[in-house]
Amino acid sequence: MKNSSGGKGSMSTASSITTWKADVVPVPDQFPAGLRVLVVDDDPTCLIILEKMLRNCSYDVTKCNRAETALLKLRENRNGFDIVISDVHMPDMDGFKLLEHIGLEMDLPVIMMSADDGKDVVMKGVTHGACDYLIKPVRIEALKNIWQHVVRKRKNEWKDLEQSGSVEEGDRQPKQSEDADYSSSVNEGNWKSSKKRKDDEDETEDRDDTSTLKKPRVVWSVELHQQFVAAVNQLGIDKAVPKKILELMNVPGLTRENVASHLQKYRLYLRRLSGVSPHSCNPNNSFMNPQDETFGPLSSVHGLDLQTLTATGQLPAQCLATLQAAVLGRSTAKSSIPMPLVNQRNIFSFENPKLRFGEGQQHVNNNNKQVNLLHGIPTTMESKQLTSLRHTSQSIGNVNMQVAPHGAQSSQNNSSLIEMGQPLSRVQILNDSTVPLSVGQPIVPNGIAANVSTRNGIPENIRAPGYNLVSQTSSILNFPMNHASELPVDSFSLRSTPGMSDHTSKECRHDIRRLSAFKLSSRQP
Amino acid sequence: MERNPMRRQLASLRKSLFDQGYLDEQFMELEQLQDDANPNFVEEVVTLYYRDSARLIVNLDHALERRPLDFSKLDGLMHQFKGSSSSIGAKKVKAESTLFREYCKSGNAEGCMRTFQQLKKEYATLRKKLETYFQLARQIGPMESANRPK
Repeated sequence: MKNSSGGKGSMSTASSITTWKADVVPVPDQFPAGLRVLVVDDDPTCLIILEKMLRNCSYDVTKCNRAETALLKLRENRNGFDIVISDVHMPDMDGFKLLEHIGLEMDLPVIMMSADDGKDVVMKGVTHGACDYLIKPVRIEALKNIWQHVVRKRKNEWKDLEQSGSVEEGDRQPKQSEDADYSSSVNEGNWKSSKKRKDDEDETEDRDDTSTLKKPRVVWSVELHQQFVAAVNQLGIDKAVPKKILELMNVPGLTRENVASHLQKYRLYLRRLSGVSPHSCNPNNSFMNPQDETFGPLSSVHGLDLQTLTATGQLPAQCLATLQAAVLGRSTAKSSIPMPLVNQRNIFSFENPKLRFGEGQQHVNNNNKQVNLLHGIPTTMESKQLTSLRHTSQSIGNVNMQVAPHGAQSSQNNSSLIEMGQPLSRVQILNDSTVPLSVGQPIVPNGIAANVSTRNGIPENIRAPGYNLVSQTSSILNFPMNHASELPVDSFSLRSTPGMSDHTSKECRHDIRRLSAFKLSSRQP
Repeated sequence: MERNPMRRQLASLRKSLFDQGYLDEQFMELEQLQDDANPNFVEEVVTLYYRDSARLIVNLDHALERRPLDFSKLDGLMHQFKGSSSSIGAKKVKAESTLFREYCKSGNAEGCMRTFQQLKKEYATLRKKLETYFQLARQIGPMESANRPK
């Protein structure tokens, strides 16, 4: 962690706390001191003031004046930060875009700030999943309590895990969080005492929360993650327990706890993808209308028959609606998201992986950032799994899921996403337009987008469907699909799909642009 | 001690800056951040502000020379400038920034240009006053400055 240079008393003593993961005995009682904050603002004056304020709150502060740098830091050290504070208007990347990336890739709480206090902007923060919005000039009082967002998020995640029934024997018991005293949630004592530990205590260490013990963190490289996903796919998402996954992976040095922790995150990710939020579904279901010409071409081009999917019940209308909404762009505000994100290349990588989800089946290649996204995306797109995922709250994810099987049906379910190939390739194509798309999204454009568009207006930045998705949940897989050029169309075994060719990308973009003529009417509260 | 009159003078200078509306509470926030670890924090921040915002002023000047005026761009630049200025508590400068943005939104070129001239004046005036203030504070000594009345 950086910094301890200055603030009186702040970090010098907090070194032990600041690195939850380091091999140091944590001092949980000092929480929230040592909270690791990453602050991003292109204005040097504001940045230096914020840094000082945060240091004075005894937080461990890292500052960045560029969004890209911030993402790099976050990626390099995935578990190195607890919360991010970012300005909305930055030259290299829109703050909301950064917000999406962070939510998607690291799932950290993000606080937005701006001198702009217009209702639209603040709303945008909300829809993009920011956990708070500060108006500049920021006062230190506003920063003193930001730790609550960290605790709240963790608490909610535990709850999510619990509800989705993903708690396994090896996993942490989410219930514990309910009883924990949040202000001292870092307190190891609480966790230990309340946690029913069926297994070794080691489990706690992987918990990504403040009470984590120290054990060297496993770096989930692309390859490792792929192995993980392969194992999960093989076992079936419902049956994938850390122990078995570990066995299948057969990676020396990897512990069950590592796997359990990673599995938790993966599940959350999946859950978000497939969650459907009824409120976000737009009641006007015209999207389902096959007559809509916008869809038509898209659906056929992509070969994805959303209508059928929906009809067969695999794709709940709700999901579709939400997905569409997401794809179309949740925000009615003018698209402030610059499409061509800077250096998208690095943006998505789960760990900068080249797309290769799926063990070997993918021929995705390298630039597919999307693939990275896939990391989150349930590659195990077995219909069954997808169905189960439907219950989650994010519709988008749902769509993804649903779509996947559709495409995957013709191939085995492993890394079905990949199989989906087509849709994925589509996505890539879309990338071309630097549209941030979550993995799921690509699929969406395939036809879902069309649907969506009817219902929701697609703001000019339809190019960034990802944004839309994100609105559903801050972590929507929104992998900006920029640099389409970098993404070979054949990634995701696009080649294998007849009819899929680069031409489609043009069509997609064209369609997407048409869609963008619509205004997104639904908005997440 | 001969420092007393100087301290009094410093306090008085400071008070007038607030009373006359040059500075607002945000400046006090900065003062409160100053401590032993950063004994010249306020001055450092203000220096940084003037250095960085100079660039924005130049850009605004250039943008105001174009015809026709690109109000959107002007607004964007001023938004940045305003954010910076408000962070150090530059009250009058901030007020001019807000007015400028209003004119941008209504496409009032004349208003923009007039306001910008006024803004630059306030910006320069504040700078002089703060320079005087910091100079005096430095003379009094770091300890005194750090314990400046809040």
